[in-house]
Amino acid sequence: MADTHETITGNRGLQLEESLIFEQSSEGRLGVDLAEPPHVENRLGGLEREGPIGLPDLSEPQTVRHYTRISQNNYGIDSGFYPLGSCTMKHNPRLNEKVARLPGFASLHPLQPVSTTQGALELIDACAHWLKVICGMPAVAMSPAAGAQGELCGMMAIRAALEDRGDVRKRVLVPESAHGTNPATAAACGYAVDTIPANERGRVDFDAFVAKLDTDVAGIMLTNPNTCGLFETDIIKIADAIHDAGGFFYCDGANLNAIMGRVRPGDLGVDCMHINLHKTFSTPHGGGGPGAGPVVLSEALADYAPLPFVTHGEDGFDLVEHKTGKAAKAFGRLKGFHGQMGMFIRSLAFMMSHGGDGIRQASADAVLNANYLLAELKDTLSPSFDGPCMHEALFDDSFLKDTDVSTLDFAKAMIDEGFHPMTMYFPLVVHGALLMEPTESESKETLDQYIDALKGLTAKAKAGDAAYFHDAPRLTPRRRLDETSAARNPILRWRPPVDEAEAAE
Amino acid sequence: MLAATGAKSMEDIYCDVPAEALLAKTIDLPPHQGEMEVERAISAMAAKNLNAAEVPSFLGGGAYRHHVPATVDAMIQRGEFLTAYTPYQPEVSQGTLQYLFEFQTQVALITGMEVANASMYDGATSCAEAVAMAGRVSKRKKAIVSGGLHPHYRDATSTISGLHNMDIDLAAANYAGDEDLISLIDNDTACVVVQNPDFFGHIRDLGPLASACHEAGALLIAVVTEIVSLGAITSPGAMGADIVATEGQSIGNALNYGGPTVGLFAVHNKHLRQMPGRVCGQTTDTEGKRGFVLTLSTREQHIRREKATSNICTNSGLCALAFTVHMTLLGETGFARLAGLNHASAVTLADKLSGVAGVEIINETFFNEFTLRLSGPAAAAVEAMAAKGVLGGIPVSRLYPDNPDMENLLLVTATEVTTGDDMDALVTALNEVL
Ligand SMILES: Cc1ncc(COP(=O)(O)O)c(C=O)c1O
Repeated sequence: MADTHETITGNRGLQLEESLIFEQSSEGRLGVDLAEPPHVENRLGGLEREGPIGLPDLSEPQTVRHYTRISQNNYGIDSGFYPLGSCTMKHNPRLNEKVARLPGFASLHPLQPVSTTQGALELIDACAHWLKVICGMPAVAMSPAAGAQGELCGMMAIRAALEDRGDVRKRVLVPESAHGTNPATAAACGYAVDTIPANERGRVDFDAFVAKLDTDVAGIMLTNPNTCGLFETDIIKIADAIHDAGGFFYCDGANLNAIMGRVRPGDLGVDCMHINLHKTFSTPHGGGGPGAGPVVLSEALADYAPLPFVTHGEDGFDLVEHKTGKAAKAFGRLKGFHGQMGMFIRSLAFMMSHGGDGIRQASADAVLNANYLLAELKDTLSPSFDGPCMHEALFDDSFLKDTDVSTLDFAKAMIDEGFHPMTMYFPLVVHGALLMEPTESESKETLDQYIDALKGLTAKAKAGDAAYFHDAPRLTPRRRLDETSAARNPILRWRPPVDEAEAAE
Repeated sequence: MLAATGAKSMEDIYCDVPAEALLAKTIDLPPHQGEMEVERAISAMAAKNLNAAEVPSFLGGGAYRHHVPATVDAMIQRGEFLTAYTPYQPEVSQGTLQYLFEFQTQVALITGMEVANASMYDGATSCAEAVAMAGRVSKRKKAIVSGGLHPHYRDATSTISGLHNMDIDLAAANYAGDEDLISLIDNDTACVVVQNPDFFGHIRDLGPLASACHEAGALLIAVVTEIVSLGAITSPGAMGADIVATEGQSIGNALNYGGPTVGLFAVHNKHLRQMPGRVCGQTTDTEGKRGFVLTLSTREQHIRREKATSNICTNSGLCALAFTVHMTLLGETGFARLAGLNHASAVTLADKLSGVAGVEIINETFFNEFTLRLSGPAAAAVEAMAAKGVLGGIPVSRLYPDNPDMENLLLVTATEVTTGDDMDALVTALNEVL
């Protein structure tokens, strides 16, 4: 409780205060076993570093304790329910971590002769095969580093295909509900972003979309299921219309988890789609990354896929690294080496563990869990749209009307209840959005406890206890943080305290 | 649960899917398997690779094998770090935010810059984003790219920053280490991109190049693929770089066949608002306690959408954690030692190789890798050495195909893990295959 007595140390039992590494330094301490380097005649060309860098010196036990302590200030999927909509916070199996660390992969250098990395190429090829079959698409570009880079990959393939036929187009259509990376990617590709409105059912307004189609439109970037957690009912019509207008259909596949094994994007007329392996295929989010964003491609775009890619050669697998032969039309290269190998291994382990049957089951479970939340909460919170949802349930803030409690306040109170908040204020098409994605990993017991907490909090808000929410969270290592002053007066690194620095001079 | 939703079957719930697109049965993929079976199958693939940790290995070229202390992996596998999302809810993410703040400080210190972001995908994309950023800062279009830049960085930069309407001016490949970039700079130049040590291992003083850039109103972008070198060499910031775009894999991260790794990105305060990627900043909570948040997000895609400085969202968080844990273990003392050991190892290797017939060392200067000219094509020599269980380096032709001038060049690296026996094995192997 926040009102318990102060302690001498500032620690509170298991909640331990931990200073910065820079504040714990004691010169000469060492956390590694490295000998003094032998003397050699140096070949640094007179450019040896002068003076200290300013890094702190800590011992190994200090280091272990530091990271252990600060880790305890974090909430992860391992800690509890993490219904962060659009982010697919599913369980991260530890088998995946284990196999990704096999020395045959972890200690493999990317520029070894391909004759010595056949197992790695086999694995990439196997992962690619699963993704192609799941998506019903003929090709996949494996190298993109994350979803946003996958978007770039897809849009560049579209641009290359259009340029190849001498058809330079200037606009890309993006629904207003799209994730921020979509318009940012279209702009990065040199396209003007033309926003299409949603209809009252949370889907693309088909007539408004058709009205915008002309020979200047390179394509549409459409998320399906969309960011409201809804299947785009007109998707096949949309695909046909964009193709008739000579454009391409980019699908944002961040929400593949709702449909894998049940609907193949290839059957919907998609030309390219990124897959966030760190969402659908369970590679850990790691506090912000790394991820991987392979892009499945239609026949029309396959030739433009970036370098490098794996092919089946005469004596095993080959790696095409240069713009010749099969890769003559490749639009270029997106990153160093061959893509996020560590993520391919984890994803393949996930897919093999699930199998074709388990993948189909997982999407149904994820969708069922979301619909359960929607059904159980529809009379308490305010669902944004009628009808069943896909893998995430979206609510607006009208249930908080006249309570003086905002979506943010409400979410912060969830933290005190031991849950990670849902996604807030996204998508932008809904006022004060609360987007909840339970994934297939959660049990009914967890969902029921969460539902009870939400019901209880709603009752509290409606009973007029707004102050409770404004003060939340109370039980966290830190209370609400001042984001305004952080942005106004950015302190982005540690610096020695001024008086100490002066004393040292 | 289904009953609670009011639906009779899953088909009812999937009612918005066009009927013709809804698959009635399981897709054509193998059925589920147990943990033992999956581990066995994937281990069998791993076993088909010649693992660089098991044999004498001399590969670098942007990915380096170093000793990663056991502590690093134990820390990054803590579920609180591993299974957290981006720290959008700071009250329950102080662990991630605190290490990002410490990481940013370490990166700024090592590169000699004022501030760093919370990571990019890798060194190559850092470099590409740096060029795009230089275009925004200078409001110019021309980027001059050194012929000593790693070819993957060069290609990613041409591909990605080319989109931002940058004209990429590629200097000729230069393996001799005597490139003149200054004469290429003019008043339309947005930036010059130079790698140090360069792809072929040469170290250069960036000072004169920085001065020439600044006189012309251009930015100097310094790329480092081997971050350990900065334990021994003057930092790019101290030599006048405006943006430092580097790869951080060497600290804390295994080779992983090249990914994932961690891009580092550092700038000076005056350019902060044009920087791509997330940043973590210090602030206080309502009780006045120090805490950390993601900040300056008005540069980013989730706020600025099509006007964002970059489309990056997910970055390399956990690899940044591995970097910062390893760097904490090293500290000032350990980082300098690690760099010293790497250099000593490479100097020893150069001494041993200088006596081998058919081998000529091109470099005057180097840190832990350098270029050899062999008496015959390097690719064939490497293949022949691999057959003998020695990963003898990178044939430059792998990255510069169809360049007869470079066909015989071999790039070799030695680090703190390279033993005297490894070096002798390379000498023997070269003697046998040349
Ligand atoms: C709908 C949607 N599209 C794209 C992205 C971007 O993916 P990434 O973070 O992997 O770049 C995300 C994830 O944040 C998303 O939710």
